[in-house]
Amino acid sequence: MIAEIGLAALWLSAALAVLQMVSGAFGLRADGAQMAAYARPAAVVQAFLAVLAFCMLLWAFAITDLSIKLVATNSHSMKPLIFKLAGTWGNHEGSMLLWVTVLAFSGGLIALLERRLPEKTMSATLGVQGFVALGFYAFLLLSSNPFERLPVPAVEGSGLNPLLQDIGLAFHPPTLYIGYVGISVAFSLAMGALITRQVTPDFAKVMRPWVLGAWVFLTLGITAGSYWAYYELGWGGWWFWDPVENASLMPWLAATALLHSVSVLAARDALRTWTIMLGVLAFSMSMLGTFLVRSGVLTSVHAFAVDPERGTFILGLLGLYIGGSLLIFALRAGSIAEGKRFTATSREGALVFNNVMLSAILAIVLLGTLYPLLTEAFDVRVSVGPPYFNPAGAIFAIPMLIVMAIGPLLRWKSDKPARIQLELSILAAIVIAVVALVAFLGDYSILPILGLALAVALGVAAFLPLRGRNLMRLPLATWGMVVAHFGIAVALFGMASESAFTSEKLAAMAPGDSTEVAGWNVELLGVEPVAGPNWTAMEGRIAVARGDEAPTIIGPQARNFWSPPQPTSESTLVTRLDGQLYVVIGDQAGFDENGAARWQVRVWWKPFVTFIWYGGLLVSLGGVMAIIGRLLADLRRRRAKTKGDERREDVAALSDEAMPEPAE
Amino acid sequence: MNRALYIIPLALFLFFAGLAGYMLTQNKIQNVPSQMIEQPLPEFTLAPALEGMPGVSKSDFVGGKPRLLNIWASWCLPCIAEAPHLERLKEEGVEIIGVAVRDRPEAVQDFLARYGNPYTRIGSDDISSLMLEVGASGVPETYVIDAQGNIRYQHIGDVREETVDLLLEKLEEAQ
Amino acid sequence: MRGLLLAFLALIAVPLAAQDTMPPAPYAYTQLDDPALEAQAVELMETLRCLKCQSQSIHDSDAPMAGDMRHQVRTRLLAGESPEQIRSWLIQRYGDYVSYQPEVSSTTWPLFAIPLLLLLVVAAILLRRLGKRRAEDDAETGVDA
Repeated sequence: MIAEIGLAALWLSAALAVLQMVSGAFGLRADGAQMAAYARPAAVVQAFLAVLAFCMLLWAFAITDLSIKLVATNSHSMKPLIFKLAGTWGNHEGSMLLWVTVLAFSGGLIALLERRLPEKTMSATLGVQGFVALGFYAFLLLSSNPFERLPVPAVEGSGLNPLLQDIGLAFHPPTLYIGYVGISVAFSLAMGALITRQVTPDFAKVMRPWVLGAWVFLTLGITAGSYWAYYELGWGGWWFWDPVENASLMPWLAATALLHSVSVLAARDALRTWTIMLGVLAFSMSMLGTFLVRSGVLTSVHAFAVDPERGTFILGLLGLYIGGSLLIFALRAGSIAEGKRFTATSREGALVFNNVMLSAILAIVLLGTLYPLLTEAFDVRVSVGPPYFNPAGAIFAIPMLIVMAIGPLLRWKSDKPARIQLELSILAAIVIAVVALVAFLGDYSILPILGLALAVALGVAAFLPLRGRNLMRLPLATWGMVVAHFGIAVALFGMASESAFTSEKLAAMAPGDSTEVAGWNVELLGVEPVAGPNWTAMEGRIAVARGDEAPTIIGPQARNFWSPPQPTSESTLVTRLDGQLYVVIGDQAGFDENGAARWQVRVWWKPFVTFIWYGGLLVSLGGVMAIIGRLLADLRRRRAKTKGDERREDVAALSDEAMPEPAE
Repeated sequence: MNRALYIIPLALFLFFAGLAGYMLTQNKIQNVPSQMIEQPLPEFTLAPALEGMPGVSKSDFVGGKPRLLNIWASWCLPCIAEAPHLERLKEEGVEIIGVAVRDRPEAVQDFLARYGNPYTRIGSDDISSLMLEVGASGVPETYVIDAQGNIRYQHIGDVREETVDLLLEKLEEAQ
Repeated sequence: MRGLLLAFLALIAVPLAAQDTMPPAPYAYTQLDDPALEAQAVELMETLRCLKCQSQSIHDSDAPMAGDMRHQVRTRLLAGESPEQIRSWLIQRYGDYVSYQPEVSSTTWPLFAIPLLLLLVVAAILLRRLGKRRAEDDAETGVDA
């Protein structure tokens, strides 16, 4: 019954998406108001049904219902419950259902809550949202039905890839999907505004929390994914420029640009077409990511659900939505005025500069990711990796970081650089001092040195906008910006420090042997077999100590899962304020002179590596603060309005306080 | 002017969609082909993989007629599948020189006893050195080497029924 | 019961047998004594692609073939070859695919030409948007139709 309820709910949702789309379209006609009234309820009920369908699948995985094909091929009754549940989205169909559920849920949310937009724009937005959702329902129901039954129930499931049997799976994909899908709402809003030619500051204010929210989740998702890969793959790498990683980075870059441009539109009524373009671009990138991951056209570590037929379907959807919206953009954008003007040395000027830089970085990542696809069309295989992405990205990232430090100090519309001379010289002095210091310390490559210098300067610069302002009365959204910019500085510091200062030690050790890395003493005490619910492992008992401190005993494992059979390395991390010790035990490596077995032990000391993910968390926190700040301001404004109806004389005073768009 | 610019994103997207659509219809290249075809076999010497059979070095490929170089291993499952087809090639009078990768003598012995021995000599390559020299990326792979010691053809994966004729043809061409 | 378990173990042992059991090559998991040389080795290994794995560098892989490639890198460095010589030795055998660091060639020139073009485009956009110093032109230049 579970599967049937889920499937029925999914079909009903699809039908409601049709209704939403049609009634949204009616809303654009002068006489369509009666039909248009159905759009909102359709979206809300649809959200409920999609969530129901997803819960059914979750339930099927929880009880390991082996008569369902998806459960039988991806789960196993002996798996711990948490991985059974997380395994729901550890496969193509389940993750697609999660995607669609989030899409329907956010569609329902916007239909329920959003009352500020003109009715026509709202109708168009809901129509577009229904249209997008319909495509994904069709994809699920026609080519990737998660509820398909087996003619004969399986005796046992074939299990989940052990690399996915980790708490990371519980967080990383859902956050990323919420981010991707949140962007689809921004896209629907942008299309709604473009179709009804209502690209106004009011529209920007409606769009902003969605962009912010999606961006926060994308940031969290990427941060979680990076940390997961870092500890799970067992070699200490945190970013590989893998096609699928790039697929999550590209929407983030576009969303970051969009976030800033939508703020300019809201505050200053400038950058109208640019904002719409970025809205389309951000959604294109998240669709492109879906396509790259699931079609298998590119080689990636995340090779899952490789199926050309599905690829064709997604490519069709891509053509429909992205091609369609770009066509509308090409036809309509000319009739949207650019909005207000500003000079180069102004807040807007800096924001435009950085928007262009972000887009350029996006272009580089896109080029490097898709280039192998292009050459394979001519039967030539090439690899594009870190030695390409790092320098090519840095060409645009470095100017961006510099302007990012200075931009928030500038005034809107027009400013004189002379006014912030003091700040500029402080920042320049910091950069020069750090470069000199690091160059003095040792022989490092240029990019990490520049990264460190810019990180420190940016870390200081992030707080400079607070100078001379009353901290108690500063809007929460401005605090959000400060925290987020500081987070970028922190993350950058971690990345640069990790690439410059990491120490590595590979050793073949017998029990009793010890080795040293970067001031840490690492002693192998013994190696013992251990067993888990669905794996066996050799666990090393290793004592690690820095300097004279008391040793910490850790137990990295070399695991062998038996369904499906696959070895994994379970690394152990010892975290300190100034970095992490990363210990992995590998295979047995012969015997020493006394006949004792020796084991491969890999140890890294990575100074400040944790800052990468702390930075990511700070960036997300900044985003959350900005959302709360905006929502509070909005609520205050609404309350002021209601009050104002009763006491008209208070209106001016109250709304004067709340109305000015906080600068950021 | 402006209007023309707004078409650029659409044009770029259509280019991508065309490319992606084309690639979806193509069989994905899974292998990394060697770039050493039509190049002389590099100098190498490999110790015998088991007692009673000679090892392999480059000079074993020079003179006489073209030969096959078969890179295999006793732990490799497709190698079992290709054993009968190698046997057929041997019956056709082809000299097959084997290289066992990361293998133990007793395992090699056992494999040959079980699935037959089509080889005239077997070298042992414990560190993939020959594989890297000839541009092989996995086991099994089979190379056609002409009598001057030049690599003429590479077959990636196991030798199948239909591959036998292809290899015979390539050996003929290498005369 | 035990027999059943053993039968099961035998079943799952089949795919495991597809792995070799030989110890890795000497320099697969052993660092070079000279830290400067080892640093060169790491830098090179991070940019060489593991041929048996899905998009991983040989520095980040447990595949035996990756270990053998690390061995080649370290022994060749020890023998006095430069990292670039080793890279081209591998490219000669496996083509551009083996190196994550694309070199300018007939197949990769767009990777370098397009960023240069991008620089020009970026400069053009910025000049167009920001070049005109017309702060006074603040009037609404158009209305939303």
